[in-house]
Amino acid sequence: MNHSRAEFLMLRSETKTMRRRRPALSESSFREMLSISGAFVLLLLVAIFFSLVISSFPSIRNFGIRFLFSSTWDPVKSEFGAFPFLLGTLVTSFLALIISVIFSIPISIFLGEYSIKGAAPTFIKSMIELLAGVPSVIYGFCGLFLLTPLVRILEIKMGVAPYGVGIFTASIVLSIMIIPYSASIGREVISLVPSDLKEAALSLGATRFEVIRKVILPYASSGIVAGILLSLGRALGETMAVTMVIGNSNFIPKGIFSPANTLASVIANEFTEATGSLYLASLIELGLVLFIVTTIINLIGKLIIRRMGVEG
Amino acid sequence: MKEPLVRRRILYDKLFKKIIILLTFCSILPMFFILFFITSKGISVISWRFLTQLPKPVGEIGGGISNAIIGTLMLIGIGTAFSVPIGILAGIFLSENRKGKLASFTRLCVETLQGVPSIVIGIIAYTWLVFSMGSFSALSGGVALGLMMLPVIITATEQTLKLIPGSLKEASLALGVSYPRTILKVILPAGMSGIVTGILLSIARVAGETAPLLFTAFGSPFMNFNVLKPINSLPLMIFNYATSPYPEWHTLAWGASFILIIIVLGLNLFTKIVTKRWKVQF
Amino acid sequence: MESAILKIENLSAFFGENQVLKEVSLSIPQNRITAIMGPSGCGKTTLIRCINRMHELIPDARVSGKIFLDREDIYATDPIIVRRQIGMVFQKPNPFPMMSIYDNVIAGYNLNGIRLAKDEKDRIVEESLRKAALWEEVKEALYRKGTFLSGGQQQRLCIARALAMGPAVLLLDEPTSALDPKATSHIEELIMKLKDTVSIILVTHNMAQAARVSDFAAFVYLGELVEFGPSGSMFTAPKDKRTEEYLTGKFG
Repeated sequence: MNHSRAEFLMLRSETKTMRRRRPALSESSFREMLSISGAFVLLLLVAIFFSLVISSFPSIRNFGIRFLFSSTWDPVKSEFGAFPFLLGTLVTSFLALIISVIFSIPISIFLGEYSIKGAAPTFIKSMIELLAGVPSVIYGFCGLFLLTPLVRILEIKMGVAPYGVGIFTASIVLSIMIIPYSASIGREVISLVPSDLKEAALSLGATRFEVIRKVILPYASSGIVAGILLSLGRALGETMAVTMVIGNSNFIPKGIFSPANTLASVIANEFTEATGSLYLASLIELGLVLFIVTTIINLIGKLIIRRMGVEG
Repeated sequence: MKEPLVRRRILYDKLFKKIIILLTFCSILPMFFILFFITSKGISVISWRFLTQLPKPVGEIGGGISNAIIGTLMLIGIGTAFSVPIGILAGIFLSENRKGKLASFTRLCVETLQGVPSIVIGIIAYTWLVFSMGSFSALSGGVALGLMMLPVIITATEQTLKLIPGSLKEASLALGVSYPRTILKVILPAGMSGIVTGILLSIARVAGETAPLLFTAFGSPFMNFNVLKPINSLPLMIFNYATSPYPEWHTLAWGASFILIIIVLGLNLFTKIVTKRWKVQF
Repeated sequence: MESAILKIENLSAFFGENQVLKEVSLSIPQNRITAIMGPSGCGKTTLIRCINRMHELIPDARVSGKIFLDREDIYATDPIIVRRQIGMVFQKPNPFPMMSIYDNVIAGYNLNGIRLAKDEKDRIVEESLRKAALWEEVKEALYRKGTFLSGGQQQRLCIARALAMGPAVLLLDEPTSALDPKATSHIEELIMKLKDTVSIILVTHNMAQAARVSDFAAFVYLGELVEFGPSGSMFTAPKDKRTEEYLTGKFG
């Protein structure tokens, strides 16, 4: 026993002599390094914003606020206006939103209330999530070859010019792409509705439909709205699929079956061919507008979600 | 005998459920259509030559996607090299600083960055790298992809490390291990599976991206290993070929789409399975 | 007269504005088991966390007063050095889940980057596991991860890990409160054997355990050291009324 005690004391004196240790990395410099990496991310976003502003400056200076309302996009005359694209973006996004909500809310109700555990809902959940994983360009490709012929047939039946491409086609493709975003958040908030509320309603003789309509949906409404906002944010910024099926026209679309362009699609189409600094600056200003709008919508959506305490 | 009102309510209830199920079922149909369509049109194109040859000019039959595959790998490699070190460090920063102004602002920026449209990221990479370097390059494309990977990695790191019980940190500190070593040798290894999952997810996210590459990597018909030159990638190639007027190129695009969707969906499924297996027991 | 390994002088501890320890002065005798008892929230855990300088890791936490380990002011020493000389075992066993049993025991060295020869490491691991009464049970499974061990075995692993550093003082924070009675008695037996090699401070809310195991006992109440003395006399004839009330179960 004395032997081991002596050994322990020896070990103690060894560690004692490490009094003045020269650590490879001191605590304060490590913490600094961590803070710097956090600050780096902060600076990155700030730099992104300022880069966009600075690069669009020639266009901002030239056109001012008229840029947002002018519907002329003429590279030859160096006259640029964002209105056709704002319109195209908003119309396609909102149309897509409406179509997607018709499916995503039922999905949320199904997976959040009717069928929560088991092989079938797990399978359905995975399928929906996979929809979010399919690359945009593949959606565009399939939309171009699968959907446009069908839309063309529809347009012929309706007596409209059979482009096949256009706002309608783009909205449909977009709606499929954004279903997973609102569906997953909707499912989460619906499944979080406290069961005692549901049981209270059921015990009063309400049917399940009535419980959903009068208890669950109102309770989960802000979360559902947040999910919808998030999918809107996604729709606004979507580029490739839209570019491939929207028809690429820089004029104000006449109707739902007309070709058009969105903020994202015109940038995608014309950026590499933009000659002249004003042309490029105008395209970048479109990007700036897109950046601001999507950021605001996404942040509002995330704020609502955080208030509800749901995992985003 | 149920009253007519009650009977109607029960009818609505049954009808509602049927509608819900129908709509849910309809919404998973597109996935099947896409998979079926791509597989049926693309699988016949796949061959060893397809995977190893360069694309041929219009009019010549055959040709392959080898440069696109290599390009995709290179771009992902550059993006990973750029985003992983910073992403993990920033994730550690956020998980070690739950409160605090810098941390809150950083978190906000990460969320904002996550939502920036990919085309805008492309514009940024263009102004920062293509404009200044004077040419399109794999580097600018890789950085663009890295910018898109960054928020995913940061969030995954932060969430994983937050789940690690504080007792682990205490055990290490109580042994007289310094704070940096505790984080790097105890906490980080404990969270490694979650972090790797985050990295894989971010790769799955950017592997199929086209928009940020349109005016950074730009695309190229040649094989290129030089990061300072333009480079092709699978999604770029699909876009260019699909929107071209040549049916031979459309066929190649189907084959490339088949490869791409296998890679992307495969990565997604892989991370899902792996997440379940690797959860560290505490 | 016992010699003191640890001298605590006017120790006060704060969480922000909230004072949880009030001018505690105490001498911990060497090679003895000192129990620190008191009702929940009285400050006993804070007390030992001040001893190994873990209390100050909490944001807004503050300490005043002095603590001397073998005549060295531990608050004037690098906290990392202090923690290598004062080991701690926690209430809930916390072996490192990613490491094998072997690596867990030697973790203090590995993590600190202290290089040792392989047979030196083997020796330390075996000795520490023997002292923690765990060697026979795990010697065939040293390279497996420790998660298959029972609660009691995991706690003994944590004790071995702390002992491997050769500390002068071992702090035990309610080490058996998460364990079943059989595991508890194993650990109590081993604590009593350990006092020859290391001085032990045992925080416990289990009075019977304190009475069984300790040589000296301190009673802390509402952040104050109410009474301190040899266990024998403290349990049978406490000097302070509050001690007596606690021992007879009037509160706590």
